Amino acid sequence: MASVSLRNVHKKFGPITVLESIDLDIADGEFVVLVGPSGCGKSTLLRSIAGLEAINGGEIQIGDRPVTHMAPKDRDIAMVFQSYALYPHMDVRRNMAFSLNLRKSPAALIGERVAQASAKLGLNALLDRLPKQLSGGQRQRVAMGRAIVRNPKVFLFDEPLSNLDAKLRSTMRTEIKALHQSLKTTAIYVTHDQVEAMTMANRIVVMSDGVIQQVGPPLELYDRPANMFVAGFIGSPTMNFFDAVIVKGAARLVDGSLLPLAPAAWKEGREVVIGIRPEHLHFADQGLPATVTVVEPLGMSTQVTLDAADERVTLLALERPQLSPGDRKYLTAKAADIHVFDRVSGLRLN
Amino acid sequence: MPGQSLLQRILGQTGLYAAIACYVIFALLPIYWTIKISVTPQDLLYSEGIKLWPSRMTLANYTSVLKATDFPRYFLNSILVSVTTAVIVTVVASFAGYALSRFRFRGKAVVSLVLLLTQTFPLVMVIPPIYRIMGQLGLTDNLYGLIIIYTAFNIAFATFLMQSFLDGVPKDLEEAAMIDGCTRFEALRRVIMPLTLPGMGATVAFVFTAAWSELLFALMLINSESQKTFSVGLLTFVGKFAVDWGQMMAASVMALIPVCLFFMFLQRYLVTGLTAGAVKG
Repeated sequence: MASVSLRNVHKKFGPITVLESIDLDIADGEFVVLVGPSGCGKSTLLRSIAGLEAINGGEIQIGDRPVTHMAPKDRDIAMVFQSYALYPHMDVRRNMAFSLNLRKSPAALIGERVAQASAKLGLNALLDRLPKQLSGGQRQRVAMGRAIVRNPKVFLFDEPLSNLDAKLRSTMRTEIKALHQSLKTTAIYVTHDQVEAMTMANRIVVMSDGVIQQVGPPLELYDRPANMFVAGFIGSPTMNFFDAVIVKGAARLVDGSLLPLAPAAWKEGREVVIGIRPEHLHFADQGLPATVTVVEPLGMSTQVTLDAADERVTLLALERPQLSPGDRKYLTAKAADIHVFDRVSGLRLN
Repeated sequence: MPGQSLLQRILGQTGLYAAIACYVIFALLPIYWTIKISVTPQDLLYSEGIKLWPSRMTLANYTSVLKATDFPRYFLNSILVSVTTAVIVTVVASFAGYALSRFRFRGKAVVSLVLLLTQTFPLVMVIPPIYRIMGQLGLTDNLYGLIIIYTAFNIAFATFLMQSFLDGVPKDLEEAAMIDGCTRFEALRRVIMPLTLPGMGATVAFVFTAAWSELLFALMLINSESQKTFSVGLLTFVGKFAVDWGQMMAASVMALIPVCLFFMFLQRYLVTGLTAGAVKG
């Protein structure tokens, strides 16, 4: 187990900057999820930590050792790939024992570690099979087993669940989290799925265009997103945004309707964007006029899409409202639930 | 298929097998004819004409080829040249193909283009300069000269062949190996090489066959009997006034044997699908 620290990490592919001034400290035993849209640099950052990509500037430290210029094999890490990357010509046992064999560990130790890991992951019956004889979920488990037997300082996961179907993904998500809780090894996990990020992480790192947008515990990111990007990326369905102008301490939307804001030193006439999560919008007798366009009952809740203030708006109702497309309604939200962002910089103002 | 009557299915299957049979006959008839002529006694060669099998058989052609000609020597020369060329080319092409498949380096596009360009020259055009060069190096009438020429001419294609096989091996596998404790070379040796055996098998087979049956350079560069390969040796059965068909065909049949054995041995490496299960899917 070890902490990981990144200092001013830069990475370029030719003229394109893919990682810019990355500073990040990951505590010993922490489960950190790097999340962001495709091409945001999250996988490159993980591969840089693994040593599979050389960085153009900055420093990477694992535990108390600087590893910036070390080969991947010397960094004492284990990685689970999106493609699983099992060695196809070796059976499950040899796949799992491969790293220990390379280190010339004693046969008894190798046998013991493989047995422990396979018992933990339910792989005992599969040890003599080749990867091609396994299902997707089983391959995923073998890939994790291969990582576990090494007892590394840090686990790296590169979108390990994206090739599984939705049901298996949710099971494996729980398994990985349980595994981390029992092993307590530092883990860095890359995903583009914000649900995975929210459910698994101790802390989430949201990235966009090679820059860290915000780092924090899942609920902090959800409740107090640092900017419009994080606000829009974390949460499903996504946050509703409206252009607005500050008028007498309230937000006046483009259709002239007013929404209350929590008291603050608002500058009169400032152009802002306000954000309201779908579950924080409510139907009311007055407020923002809206027209129902689509009603989607989800069982536990109902997702309603409406047109309001020149925007398409999503509302998540826990009750089951009787609505039809074309119905005219009023929407409102509590002042405390309204996020305010600067229209130019996108940064949070409240 | 659903919706097809029994008759349609039978007709379809019959047509399919008939087409396959036609193709097999077309492909194998020359070989069959070679074998047939090789066991036909000299006196029946012309009298029985196009009969499918001679009324009498003889192995005299084989014994005279083995005992009365230099064919065994030609044969050994060919084995030496072909095996050495195939081994050298496959080893070099594997590394070159790996470099082209995995690394980004300055001038990579130019290297690929130049390799490709070498394949576009007609051989006849390069014979005079090659003859000059080999002559000055003292490599004419010398099997090593042939090995060098065959290696040079086969390496470009073999490199592309190996590159395409290596492109098919997921990069994740060697990265996983490198994280597990391998250097890049160890990852290549322990993980990538075993998975590219079908590719290496195909490359060896291709180069071996090309070197085994090459005539033009062997004819131009080799003069002495002791250095001839079998393809040049076969021409000795063509006299000024007559061709000794029986012996020539017997020699040809014997020349086919190593290639057939070679392919039988390589067949298990030529199957694809070894990488199935490595990655998603």
